Amino acid sequence: MATLQEAKQKMMELTGDHAIAYGAKQAGIDFVAAYPITPQTIIVEKLSEYLADGLINAKYINVESEHSAISAVIGAELAGARGFTATSSQGLVLMFEELPVAAGMRMPLVMAVAMRALSAPINIHCDHSDMLSVRDQGWVMMIAENAQEAYDQTVMSFKIAEDPSVQLPVMYGIDGFITTHNMENVYTLPDEMVSEYLGVRKPLYRLDPDNPMTFGPLALHDTYFEFRRQQYDAMTNAYEVTKEVFGSYEQMSGRKYTPLKNYMTEDAEVLIFAAGSTVGTARQAVRKLREEGVKAGVSGVTLLRPFPVPEVMETFSNVKAAAVLERMLSLGSPAGPHYMDLASVVYPQLDVRMYDFIYGLGGRDIDWATIAHTAKTALSDAEHKRPNETRFLGVRE
Amino acid sequence: MSFSKKYKEMEIGAVLPRATGLQFKTGDWRTKRPIIDYQKCIECLICWSLCPDSAIKRKGTKVEIDYDYCKGCGICSVECPTKAIKMEREEV
Amino acid sequence: MTKRDYKPLTKLSDLPEENRLVSGHRLCAGCGPAIVGRLAMLAVPDTPIVINATGCLEVGTTLYPYTSWSVPWAHVTFENAAAVASGVVETLDKLSKEGRAKDAPVIAFGGDGGTFDIGLQALSGALERGHRFLYICYDNEAYANTGVQRSGATPFGASTTTSPAGKVIPGKQEWKKDIVGIVAAHHIPYAATSSIAYYRDFINKVRKALSQDGPSFIHVFAPCTFGWRFDTSQTIQIAKLIVETRIFPVFEIENGTLKFNFKVPNPKPVEEYLKTQRRFAHLLKPENKNLIELIQKNTNENWERLLRIEAAGKIL
Repeated sequence: MATLQEAKQKMMELTGDHAIAYGAKQAGIDFVAAYPITPQTIIVEKLSEYLADGLINAKYINVESEHSAISAVIGAELAGARGFTATSSQGLVLMFEELPVAAGMRMPLVMAVAMRALSAPINIHCDHSDMLSVRDQGWVMMIAENAQEAYDQTVMSFKIAEDPSVQLPVMYGIDGFITTHNMENVYTLPDEMVSEYLGVRKPLYRLDPDNPMTFGPLALHDTYFEFRRQQYDAMTNAYEVTKEVFGSYEQMSGRKYTPLKNYMTEDAEVLIFAAGSTVGTARQAVRKLREEGVKAGVSGVTLLRPFPVPEVMETFSNVKAAAVLERMLSLGSPAGPHYMDLASVVYPQLDVRMYDFIYGLGGRDIDWATIAHTAKTALSDAEHKRPNETRFLGVRE
Repeated sequence: MSFSKKYKEMEIGAVLPRATGLQFKTGDWRTKRPIIDYQKCIECLICWSLCPDSAIKRKGTKVEIDYDYCKGCGICSVECPTKAIKMEREEV
Repeated sequence: MTKRDYKPLTKLSDLPEENRLVSGHRLCAGCGPAIVGRLAMLAVPDTPIVINATGCLEVGTTLYPYTSWSVPWAHVTFENAAAVASGVVETLDKLSKEGRAKDAPVIAFGGDGGTFDIGLQALSGALERGHRFLYICYDNEAYANTGVQRSGATPFGASTTTSPAGKVIPGKQEWKKDIVGIVAAHHIPYAATSSIAYYRDFINKVRKALSQDGPSFIHVFAPCTFGWRFDTSQTIQIAKLIVETRIFPVFEIENGTLKFNFKVPNPKPVEEYLKTQRRFAHLLKPENKNLIELIQKNTNENWERLLRIEAAGKIL
């Protein structure tokens, strides 16, 4: 039985990549720079099909590298466009130079990332090393669990980026192959609803012969620091703005987003913390654990940057243990990226003991039973007050 | 000279309005200064078009050295077809 | 696409009086690239939008809170001027048709480092895609802004900080990259070389380039008084000598046909040029006489090669 909001929407069968392209089409983008990299290719292919069929009124250019892709979108944004691009893995890290540049120049472009392992060795499958490696460069970052979220986050990202108190680029990731290439049911909003929601980009500053300005000067030690300080405020504002956008989007779509996606966490003794499609698998683990009498819950990260401190504090208080599932190995670091983020927030105020588990690198699958086992391990380790150690799931050791 | 604005008083993204560089007078860089002999000047505008610092003011075809900015490179003196510009030692 | 048809300059007094690249910048006294910037800005009848790669012209003119540009100007990073310009050009085309922005000619500036080397990929992509913009490479034959290190544009035998003339190796051992040959291979409507000593030639080439319906490229020779070590007043003279010795041929390639602009009937020997800059001083030692002969030979061969291309008509 469809809800009132669902009735207005169209149920489509879309892969994650297609859902992103569809959302970008509706978002009224002015400019796309496309460079292919598995498993993002369907995004740029679909967009070029829309272009060829006259379904989008955007400028679409095929560039000669990802570095030029993001550079061209920055140029388009400077000229006043709503710009979009997508990449993955090596492409994202090739763009790395321009990531702090886009953020520092306060260009609100949006980029979809098909999260994929980093070379070497070269691997085309899902892990979160690409996106998590670029996490502190000044972009607002979200992670989608499935194709529906991929579509929704596409639309919401523009709203967040272009907010006058934010003016930061936004990146959102979906699991490579698992979400990018899997066909799912996706509710899409009507075109007019998205157009009205996003409107046309109104740049704060742009390259305009009638109002000439200089962008990208050299700022020495006497001025550089203040610009970073400005970005800190913008990132802080982005937290509130993202929650507002979640709220207004819920009004339209009926789908509720929160910075942390919690399932059965209210009375949980042990939490499983994860990102991407694994959050869904973890929910199954939790249901099975509950059947056995283990009070488990899942906390999935939707808003990665700015890190949702209040939600984390609330979710993790009164929890004895947490199994932190990391789809990236921070080599040389005492713990993975999620653990570092969480630990900075929860310690020393909260009593929860957290344990890191590295899984799924290079697309290696993970099942609910393995996840359930990590929760039990975490509980037992917490009881015995063991310190954290990096453990690997599913590696032939 | 030191910059003193607080971060909230500065434009985001380090954006600048046009030509604020005019506030920085580079005239004190020079050790020699060009002097135009207007008897010899034929108003060809070659010095004006070639000055790397745009430090020659022009009104129609009349030129005048802008000593606020002139760095004393001497290009105008070398290129002047009638040798109307002499470089003289700058007084400290 | 906005039609642009800029007529060639007849007299210097027809150029605008106000400056788009204003005084107060930090470029060296006698800076060649500063003259490139000045002449290019004087040449364009409409207000241009300038995209500038990292380098002398960018750093020297935009030290926060000072900017010497009174036109819309953006710097992103070192290697992407052409990619950024691609985004700007296409966006202006779209937004101007929708009444959301005003169209303007787009000029991308890159130094030799930012064009021949690190910027080559972005340039190639932009040319292949056919965006309508002018790329001006101001060539001071080194990575001057970081301390005069050698680039792909540094000529054979030049002493730079990463190809110094020492006891065993006499300066750069490689020959200058043929950037205009590379650009011509993209079959764009217009590519040209120029030298700041021939300001009328440069100004008219800028106008002609901006009047094309696709990408255009100008490789302009811009001597560096600090890097090449010559007196600040000699910049234009050196820019003239390199043409008079035929080391830097001045020509245009329009729709695949090469045409010389200056035939230099009585070329000066290359030594006349080399002896003016201390970066070549080691070549004047008797034991390096063969290197000067090599440079002369290479100069002659390159000239002959270009003459043959010119005689062949539309072959590029």
